[in-house]
Amino acid sequence: MVDIWSGIAQAFWLVATLDAELVEIAGRSLRVTLSALVVACLIALPLAALVAVKRFRARRLVIAVLNALMGLPPVVVGLVVYVLLSRSGPLGVLGLLFTPSAMIIAQVIIIVPLIASIAHQSIRELWQEYHDLLISMNVTQTQKIRTLLWDSRRALLTAALAGFGRAIGEVGAIMIVGGNIDHATRVLTTAIALETGKGEFALALALGFVLIGLAVAVNLAIHWLGRTEREGRW
Amino acid sequence: MTQLFPMQAIAIESRRRGQRLVGPIDLTLGGQGATVVIGPNGAGKTTLLQLLHGTARLSAGQINWACTTEEARHHQGFVFQRPVMLRRTVLENLIYPLRLRGVPKDKARKAAREWAARVGLEPLLGRAAPVLSGGEQQKLALARALICKPKLLFLDEPCAALDGRATREIEMILQTAKADGTRLILSTHDLGQARRLADDVLFLVGGRIHEAGRADTFFNQPETEEAQAFLRGDIVE
Repeated sequence: MVDIWSGIAQAFWLVATLDAELVEIAGRSLRVTLSALVVACLIALPLAALVAVKRFRARRLVIAVLNALMGLPPVVVGLVVYVLLSRSGPLGVLGLLFTPSAMIIAQVIIIVPLIASIAHQSIRELWQEYHDLLISMNVTQTQKIRTLLWDSRRALLTAALAGFGRAIGEVGAIMIVGGNIDHATRVLTTAIALETGKGEFALALALGFVLIGLAVAVNLAIHWLGRTEREGRW
Repeated sequence: MTQLFPMQAIAIESRRRGQRLVGPIDLTLGGQGATVVIGPNGAGKTTLLQLLHGTARLSAGQINWACTTEEARHHQGFVFQRPVMLRRTVLENLIYPLRLRGVPKDKARKAAREWAARVGLEPLLGRAAPVLSGGEQQKLALARALICKPKLLFLDEPCAALDGRATREIEMILQTAKADGTRLILSTHDLGQARRLADDVLFLVGGRIHEAGRADTFFNQPETEEAQAFLRGDIVE
């Protein structure tokens, strides 16, 4: 219990004094996670819409695979990305291992199925609602997908936030591919793991509280920007 | 200028799981007035409208327009029994079909405001369409279909769930559309509405046309026993 109070006090102190190392680590955490989120959304949302509206032979299989991949073990993803990016791996020439880019790649792989699955569910429901109207309006496939993505943007925001939550709290994969290198790839979660390993529980807790605060702040900011929960408007 | 009519439906049929829902039907439509499709529930009114519009697949037969099928689709609209509202504002719902056709935003907004005023929805332009009342939603659906100035408008029981006042407002909009040159084909089981709107009648029972012709002839001197029974208010299956 003493550790918790000490952690809260230390977290408050770190934030209040804008501790340089904390700012650097938190900034990197945000940069990596938000970059991964943007890339993942660019892949997952059109994919979800396409799977919802297009009839093709392997459609059910794709949906089943997406759902199954939601539970991808991050450590395994980290290991696979490590092997691919390592010097002797097929993408070793890119020199991305132990860089924030490698961490972004691992996070994208982890959160694409999550975002795509949640988004697919929402878009499919909207497609059922809009089907007759859009067919009667003779819309093209691209217009259909754009309409569905735009009109389900509130639900897609939730999908994106779920992805953000998973990515910002992720530690296993980015520890493997990032290496937790000070001033290079250290982020909040890997720093927490490191401090816990050193027995610095109060500092680890402080970083944990900062991480939670950051996640809540980003969620609130996205909700505010997305103008959700406004009565009578969409 | 694209010419849609005459439209010829030749031996069209719709089957599902081997069972015939509609047809075979032969039909020729000219380019003016309002054709009302009437008949008991399950007669195939909605399916016939969907077949003619091209949103349901023909199991047999063919439909020939005076232009290509693609052009014909471009000049048609469809209003559903339960209006489908885009999860957008009233204004955005009205703009949507125009933007699909590449109309510039300013022009589309202007047209949307004009149509909202015509159907009495101007004060609601900024409201979310899905929270409107049933009558308001149907007026919006109608305005959204008419804003593109379709040459042919299909309406599937457009007033089925509406009260008298809303029904009167919808019918007034339809009369104006008809006067402006839009060809109407609507299904209804409301004989009063059929009498008020129809120039021609298609009487459908069991997926087949039992009687077709001028509305006044149909209502005053129906030829078939089924039509006579239907007009008497008897149950026809």
